[in-house]
Amino acid sequence: MDTAYFLQQLINGVTLGSVYGLIAIGYTMVYGIIGMINFAHGDIFMVGAFIALISFILFALTSIALPIVLLLTLLIAMVFTACYGWTVEKLAYKPLRKSFRLAPLISALGMSIVLQNYVQAAQGARIKTLQPVIQGGFTFMEDTGFTVSLSYLQIFIILVTIVLMAVFTLLITKTALGRAQRACEQDRTMTALMGINVDRTISITFIIGSSLASVAGMMFVMYYGVIDFYIGFLAGIKAFTAAVLGGIGSIPGAMLGGLLIGLIEVFWSGYISIEYKDIAAFTVLVVVLIFYPTGFLGKPDIEKV
Amino acid sequence: MRKNFLVSSIKDSLFTGLIALALFGPIVGLRTVAKNEVLVVSPKWFIVLVIVIVCALGRFLTNLYIYNRDQKYGIQSTVGKSITKFLDTKGTQIALSAIIFSVIFPFLPFTDRYLMDIAIMMLTYIMLGWGLNIVIGLAGLLDLGYVAFYAVGAYSYALFAIHFGWSFWICLPIAGIFAAMFGVLLGFPVLRLRGDYLAIVTLAFGEMIRILLLNWYQLTKGPDGLTGIPRPSFFGLPFKSFPEEGEQTFHTFFGLEYSPMQRIIFLYYLILVLALITNLFTIKIRRLPIGRAWEALREDEIACKSLGVNPRNTKLTAFAIGAMFGGFAGSFFATRQAFISPESFTFIESAIIVAIVVLGGMGSQTGVVLATVFLIGLIEVFRDFESYRMIAFGGAMVLIMIFRPRGILATRKPTITLHKKEVIK
Repeated sequence: MDTAYFLQQLINGVTLGSVYGLIAIGYTMVYGIIGMINFAHGDIFMVGAFIALISFILFALTSIALPIVLLLTLLIAMVFTACYGWTVEKLAYKPLRKSFRLAPLISALGMSIVLQNYVQAAQGARIKTLQPVIQGGFTFMEDTGFTVSLSYLQIFIILVTIVLMAVFTLLITKTALGRAQRACEQDRTMTALMGINVDRTISITFIIGSSLASVAGMMFVMYYGVIDFYIGFLAGIKAFTAAVLGGIGSIPGAMLGGLLIGLIEVFWSGYISIEYKDIAAFTVLVVVLIFYPTGFLGKPDIEKV
Repeated sequence: MRKNFLVSSIKDSLFTGLIALALFGPIVGLRTVAKNEVLVVSPKWFIVLVIVIVCALGRFLTNLYIYNRDQKYGIQSTVGKSITKFLDTKGTQIALSAIIFSVIFPFLPFTDRYLMDIAIMMLTYIMLGWGLNIVIGLAGLLDLGYVAFYAVGAYSYALFAIHFGWSFWICLPIAGIFAAMFGVLLGFPVLRLRGDYLAIVTLAFGEMIRILLLNWYQLTKGPDGLTGIPRPSFFGLPFKSFPEEGEQTFHTFFGLEYSPMQRIIFLYYLILVLALITNLFTIKIRRLPIGRAWEALREDEIACKSLGVNPRNTKLTAFAIGAMFGGFAGSFFATRQAFISPESFTFIESAIIVAIVVLGGMGSQTGVVLATVFLIGLIEVFRDFESYRMIAFGGAMVLIMIFRPRGILATRKPTITLHKKEVIK
């Protein structure tokens, strides 16, 4: 019974962790390249979830096979949400690149309020329920009195996350774009002198980050089946915690942090208290920032005069 | 050259239209509505079309008339400068007339119940803004969880007043002390962090306090909130229409006719006095060593350390004092509403107070007043359009950061200078 319960929590934790990890990549990439906390990223994730929801509803009217629907929804969500990420960067962050340090954060805060209320105005404030898209799954350890289930949906979420992670890690480490990005992280002026379009590189970073967040949004809406305009706030803070825990600026770190936050949250609600499950994530955030601000895979941040 | 420019701006505005279509097409155009418990899509293409055309045309016109010019953003900075200059020369007169206006405001002929309520609300926000200005404006610490101290003040006032029956004037300092203690408690571990990390951690603390208030049912009654918080009395004289046997009330003591406005006017003066005390305190403390240390710390932490200023203690005092004023405002809120619940202390409240301070110009006391009147006025005017007003509100935050990142009153003069006053850029 105990092992079975533990195993079930583990499966749920890894699933949730995949979602957080995908959002955390967006935070970590943006922080790495322009050194700001993109506070509106959680709301980009929410927009992605809404676009995926709309796409699922529209495809439900047609008779296209399920794998194609999933693939198309994935692409649609990524493309449209990337537009949001790109526009937000152009409107709210790009003019502030040379401003004082807290200006982009405050602007991001404003953008987050705008996105939330815009979606509320356009789509209504009530929660949206989606019929399950992928049903069924495996069950095992039935004889112990507590059935452990691993649904096809959970397998799908974990697989897609692994595939996307692999693709984007290759993109960052092996391609010219990835080199340009890493160069911008180190020194933007030098990179510009080397003939790299810094503005474009930053835009692409936002596009990648938002499209990964939209995948997370699509999985969120499939996994929980209910969304509203406010989901981005909590998910955003938790994903940011994941990014910090893994070491901000590091992409494998973001994934690792996401997994850990997912597991901590699920085990906390499974074993300690479900009412205070959000406090778990916040406590981790506070503790990590105070005692271990570089995270697991991050570089130390030394302030120079 | 000219023709090329025209062609490129047409291309550019078509591209803008395309992006606008991608942005607004799915979210605005395909509204999901629940029909018989199942979500269906109801298309709203006309609105999308209008938005796309407006975006493309707007982009075209700005291309032609604004970005074409040599000087960008010229208008905004001159307007800001002239406002700043005006306030510099006429500052004292304006402040005095504003205070006189607020003192006689309740007795003006056009003042009614509704206006009084708005005025009380504005003064509460002004007080919160002045309190947070100590933390953000003077010490330069972006605190996104200020509402936590407001909540601590409100709840400690309510709990002491309900359970022990203590009067407002005893509970008010206690609430302030509690909030300041929380400020120290929360501030102590986090103040080593850099600006943006500090912002996120304070946000997390704010949310933690709210979740705690929501779930600690025995103490806070959770989402039901605390009811029956005693109303304030005029130095022991309650505002009641029907006094009990032998009880002196405000109107019998002064031989007046009873009117519900008496209590509201009293509340108005109460918050006015509290807010002015906050302001006076800030103005005075800025000139003291601690206040100067705050401002120095805001400008350069490393330089301060090398001059022997202890950054942790200095920041902690700013945090505690800011929190204390938040607590005072919280207890006023509790006594005015007579009912509090965690609903009143959400993150958006923090965001509004931060927006007031930032919009006004961090560190500027007059700026806080102007920003409050503007923002709360904006929110009041668009009362019936809940989400649109918040869109305008968030948009205003972004625009102000872009065009006037230092707020409406942007110049920051050192409080004390050796020879002549210089403007810090």
